[in-house]
Amino acid sequence: MLPDHAKIMTLLNDAGEIVGRKKLQKIVYIGKKMNLPLQEKYTFHIYGPYSEELTLRIEELCSLGLVTEIKEEKAGYYQYRYTLTENGESFLEKFPMTWPKEQALGIIQLLNEYSSKFLELVSTMLYFDELPKNEVENKVHTLKKSQNYSSIDIQAAWELIDTLKHKHGTRYDKDRKS
Amino acid sequence: MKTGNRKLQEEKVFKDPVHRYIHVRDELIWDLIGTKEFQRLRRIRQLGTTFLTFHGAEHTRFNHSLGVYEIMRRIIEVFEGKPYWQHEERLLCLSAALLHDIGHGPFSHSFEKVFQTDHEWWTRKIITGDTEVHHVLTRMGKDFPQKVADVIEKTYPNKLVVSMISSQIDADRMDYLQRDAFYTGVSYGHFDMERILRVMRPREDQVVIKNTGMHAVEDYIMSRYQMYWQVYFHPVTRSAEVILSKILQRVKHLQASGYSFKQPPLHFQGFFDKKLSLDDYLQLDESVTLFYFQMWQKEDDATLSDLCQRFMNRHLFKYVEFDQHFVMNEWLKLQELFRKAGMDPEYYLVIDSSSDLPYDFYRPGEEDEERMPIHLLTPDKKLRELSRESDIVEAISGKKRTDHKLYYPKEWLDTPGYENEKQQIKDILQVHDGKTDTKQ
Repeated sequence: MLPDHAKIMTLLNDAGEIVGRKKLQKIVYIGKKMNLPLQEKYTFHIYGPYSEELTLRIEELCSLGLVTEIKEEKAGYYQYRYTLTENGESFLEKFPMTWPKEQALGIIQLLNEYSSKFLELVSTMLYFDELPKNEVENKVHTLKKSQNYSSIDIQAAWELIDTLKHKHGTRYDKDRKS
Repeated sequence: MKTGNRKLQEEKVFKDPVHRYIHVRDELIWDLIGTKEFQRLRRIRQLGTTFLTFHGAEHTRFNHSLGVYEIMRRIIEVFEGKPYWQHEERLLCLSAALLHDIGHGPFSHSFEKVFQTDHEWWTRKIITGDTEVHHVLTRMGKDFPQKVADVIEKTYPNKLVVSMISSQIDADRMDYLQRDAFYTGVSYGHFDMERILRVMRPREDQVVIKNTGMHAVEDYIMSRYQMYWQVYFHPVTRSAEVILSKILQRVKHLQASGYSFKQPPLHFQGFFDKKLSLDDYLQLDESVTLFYFQMWQKEDDATLSDLCQRFMNRHLFKYVEFDQHFVMNEWLKLQELFRKAGMDPEYYLVIDSSSDLPYDFYRPGEEDEERMPIHLLTPDKKLRELSRESDIVEAISGKKRTDHKLYYPKEWLDTPGYENEKQQIKDILQVHDGKTDTKQ
């Protein structure tokens, strides 16, 4: 088992449960931007930053019986619910790993309280964080036209980014786009 | 007229086995091809380790980049004068097509995995940093390099332009499928590109296909499906890639632990220090990398030496299928047995996964894949999503195929010593050995 798999398992353990593939994708991306030691590679897709590597890693963990993925029908579409299995929990207990426990727990539990649509906004803004604030907002309006994010949403996203950067004591990594 | 807009006095052509000729009329494109960053792509194979499986696969990212440029040039010829197409985007599209892979390094996939770097980041740096490519691009205006980088990164506001180079039917895929099929010598990967180019139409935010071209697109999607499983995810190629990644991982480990190399990894130093400059990165190509692998065969470290010999002499790992039947306890037991028998599982027992979704369409609300669908344009100018019109495409839509394999050095199990442990390893692996490929 590779340490990168164990990190994703720890993240799921910290969250308790993550509902939605998009939400999982965005939590890992935002966590990575906040300098949690996550290695998945991201590129920009329809819903913002997306990692094929993470999708594969989750599939591997499900194949090993360490993570469960439950597919649920919800209002005409499917969503996926991710939790660690008992085997996963006992495996993690035995696996030696460097992980910033308190910081990660704060970040992950906070992010897990938000909707995937909002996390899509936050992760998109972080993707363009090399740009000045007004240009980041322009990018959101041009690339996320169909999501109709309001100025209140954008303000809330800035506030969350600020909280993550300052209150959770992680070194924010501006250069780490992917 | 911006200085970048100038035409060459006469058209230049490159002979190409896939497209017959690649035509260049713009001075900007000609000069971009002549930059040292673009010429470097001649020393980076398009398909990484695939040449160890299909010996013809020696073609480079240089050939492919020219091919994508040529397809883009031909798409634009069809689009000129049509609604939604803006002529002033022409050179932007051509430049992005030509430069879309400029940041690739040698054996990118393995380097990116081990050193946590990525070629998209280097692509942006090469286009916007202090390089010959950047200086040529700025002839079109100060903001032009950034626009090219945005198109490649899929963040450019005009989504039509982005979709021409990056979508489920784009210039990049149309070139690599045909080119990779040609050089590997396989019979898959062929489709009627001429027909597709004739029926492509610009629309708001996307390229669409006239519905009379549906069968050509079906053929293209099936070609893509076959190429992924027959060529790109070939288990022997993946075995070579696993070993390559493990060589890099071993070098990284040895460097960190103060090992004294006979041939120090000077060209990789920036990766270790996380201070890799653009110049350092551009110095790296496959010839440099293979030089080190050649030299490291004689290193005192047995693991590094063995892995390099395996790669250079094509003594690759074998595999078993690693699926839901492979329970966790067996996996842990295998690791323990490898350790007991003196073989480090970190380097010699490796899971590798491949996954592909041949075609997908967007379902509002769903949170699955993130791809723009292909739309067909009906005679009454309406758009219909491809899988709703084509039974063939509908049959494979949204059907993801994933494959996990466990790689290990099979021949080691028959060497003397630790017979008891090796027999136990064999017993576990043989249970899953139904599909073991012994073709090498």
